[in-house]
Amino acid sequence: MRIVKIIVLVLLVAFVGIQFIPTTRNQSDSVPSTDFMLVNDVPETIQKKLQVSCYDCHSNNTQYPWYNKIQPAAWFLEDHIKEGKDELNFNEWDSLSSRRKASKLRSIVKQIESGEMPLDSYTLIHTDAKFSEAEAEEMINFITQLKDNL
Amino acid sequence: MSIAAMLLLVVSFTNAQSSDVKAEAILSDYFSLKDALIGDDTKKSAQEGSKLVASLKAFDASSYSKENQEELADIIEDATEHAEHISESAIDHQREHFKTLSKDIADLVSITGTKSTLYEQFCPMYDKGSAWLSTSKEVKNPYYGSKMLKCGKVQKTIQ
Repeated sequence: MRIVKIIVLVLLVAFVGIQFIPTTRNQSDSVPSTDFMLVNDVPETIQKKLQVSCYDCHSNNTQYPWYNKIQPAAWFLEDHIKEGKDELNFNEWDSLSSRRKASKLRSIVKQIESGEMPLDSYTLIHTDAKFSEAEAEEMINFITQLKDNL
Repeated sequence: MSIAAMLLLVVSFTNAQSSDVKAEAILSDYFSLKDALIGDDTKKSAQEGSKLVASLKAFDASSYSKENQEELADIIEDATEHAEHISESAIDHQREHFKTLSKDIADLVSITGTKSTLYEQFCPMYDKGSAWLSTSKEVKNPYYGSKMLKCGKVQKTIQ
């Protein structure tokens, strides 16, 4: 029993300890003029879906969940957001060349088609981020059209 | 040696000099990647993808015109991203990225040129029609591999 108590105590101390390690927060008040929604004519339903399903990890501004300040969840979020923004940042859309835009749009379609995005670990809590079949179709049609008109 | 033969030698020598060694390295890695995809070999494709990332990064556009430099930088950036994805994905994903990569490499060659004859081949079935480059006329399909090896045709010869 003693050993169990020690282990629990060590874990508790470690848990409290890691709370003091700072993380970078992805938040911004302003939307740059290069934003995807500002430079494209995006229908309202698509705008809303992008905001809810994509922008948390693919823009400079994350709507954080309640557990965002608790470690180790905060690390997990930070990591995903960094990776997401490296891959595609909707806020910086218009700084991409036509070639890069075409590549990104193609990837968006593939990711939604295959159900890889949004990530399961994200939709687990953000259930409204999931794509219904109709929503996926609407999004894919819009993105494809955008690509064809580049 | 006849004058004609000497002339031919001189011409081929200048041609060899004008070809871009670093662009040839990119092409060579691209073809190894294509062959790995034809062989349905995910692991090999990933390795060739990594090699391609390295040869793309080593490319030097400084000898080209300003306009071409911009275009080349754009192509290299895009192609590098696709090669990176290929180096860490499963075969379906690798083939998806190979499609856009092939477009990038074709655009690259249209600027840099190449010392060998290339064949642009086209498969109408994969993703509403997809092209790739090959050094051989014979069609071997990198998008389907053994499933549909012969699907496609030569649509353009690049010299």
